Amino acid sequence: MAQHKVNYTQNAGLPVALTSIDKIVNWGRSNSLWALTYGLACCGIEMMASGASRYDFDRFGTIFRASPRQSDVMIVAGTLTKKHAEFIKRLYDQMTEPRWVISMGSCANTGGMFNTYATVQGVDRIIPVDLYLPGCAPRPETLQYGVMLLQKKIRANHASRAQKAKRLM
Amino acid sequence: MRAYKPKDDVQAKPYYTDRFYKSPQVPKSSPESDELFSADLDAIKEKFEVLDAYIQVGQLVVYINPQDNFKVLEMLKNERAYSQLSEMSAIDWIADRGGFEVFYQMLSMAKRKRIRIKTFIKKGQAINSVEKLFRSADWSEREMFDMFGIEANGHPFMKRILMPYDWQGHPLLKTYPLQGDEFAAWYEVDKIYGKEARDIIGPEIRDTARVDRYDSERFTLLGHEVPKGTKITGDEPKHKESYQEEGGVFMVKKFDRKSSVVIDDPQR
Repeated sequence: MAQHKVNYTQNAGLPVALTSIDKIVNWGRSNSLWALTYGLACCGIEMMASGASRYDFDRFGTIFRASPRQSDVMIVAGTLTKKHAEFIKRLYDQMTEPRWVISMGSCANTGGMFNTYATVQGVDRIIPVDLYLPGCAPRPETLQYGVMLLQKKIRANHASRAQKAKRLM
Repeated sequence: MRAYKPKDDVQAKPYYTDRFYKSPQVPKSSPESDELFSADLDAIKEKFEVLDAYIQVGQLVVYINPQDNFKVLEMLKNERAYSQLSEMSAIDWIADRGGFEVFYQMLSMAKRKRIRIKTFIKKGQAINSVEKLFRSADWSEREMFDMFGIEANGHPFMKRILMPYDWQGHPLLKTYPLQGDEFAAWYEVDKIYGKEARDIIGPEIRDTARVDRYDSERFTLLGHEVPKGTKITGDEPKHKESYQEEGGVFMVKKFDRKSSVVIDDPQR
């Protein structure tokens, strides 16, 4: 360290940052929100666009994972059918806590235009949802703004306390 | 000026005279008007009973008895060069005639002709599977079973194809409600959480025009965010959309709107 005679104090001070456990844990959590690849319908295309180079989710630390065991946030992008309902619950249960759910688009929020026998009328009938994004389909900007709001929500919580497990019932 | 029409009994009249649009019938012509079709029809008539036959929109429609369906299709495939079964399904006529009309739409690539074999079965009656002749009938017959409850005898895997295996009811029947029956409404709740959860989760909200008075407290508009539970009067000042706390975020650089450049030329 001393070999190069770097003056660590000259610009931004010593390479030491003082903070609280809360802040550093929340910083870690909110800036590496790995999302479960969960494109169910056309919203999935917008979600893919958000991940691709033009909108570039990577700069927020959001990287899509193919496994629920590696994911922090589940972006439910699309129509949830009744046949698929048990699998969304199973995947949600496989995610490690703390975990968050973004319900993306009208279909995931309320069933949307599919007011039929085969569609679940809102994913919040199956799993607890943190953020509802309006739109049919929401643009990538909306999804990015939603993820930023989720980051804000994560930072507002106390990380040091044992988080209350989210349960629908 | 528009001519005046007396509106004395306007309240007494029904709003619609026809509830649904009734399309005019497409004209039918006799099978003898086409050489190839009349030869096909004669070949069917030699061995099987034909109930009715006509040409409609350039396609021959033949009504046969339900027990002959496999043999008629086999003959058409092997002897009359109708090599493809492009579609098959059923039509629900239970209210009118107490049964289903099963149709087989066939195509001859060699003759450039399409022929439709139709047969009528009673409700609850099964039909012979044609899966041994046409592989395309495999999924079509499963779909027919799924949607109408018509079983195909001799099918290798007679199970539902679209709906879950434990589903009750056949959704394409005209008596099946579009928004689902009691079983469909609680399907996912019953399956995942059990019937006890019905009271906690509550019924589905199917009314698209429904406005919950608590929605304004539970949800906020983008750009008008207020904390949960705030009473919304409607004249909240619009604030700039913010994604970071005012005091800044630990180790995350804040985006400065003033020092940034906005490029609004799409042709840049």
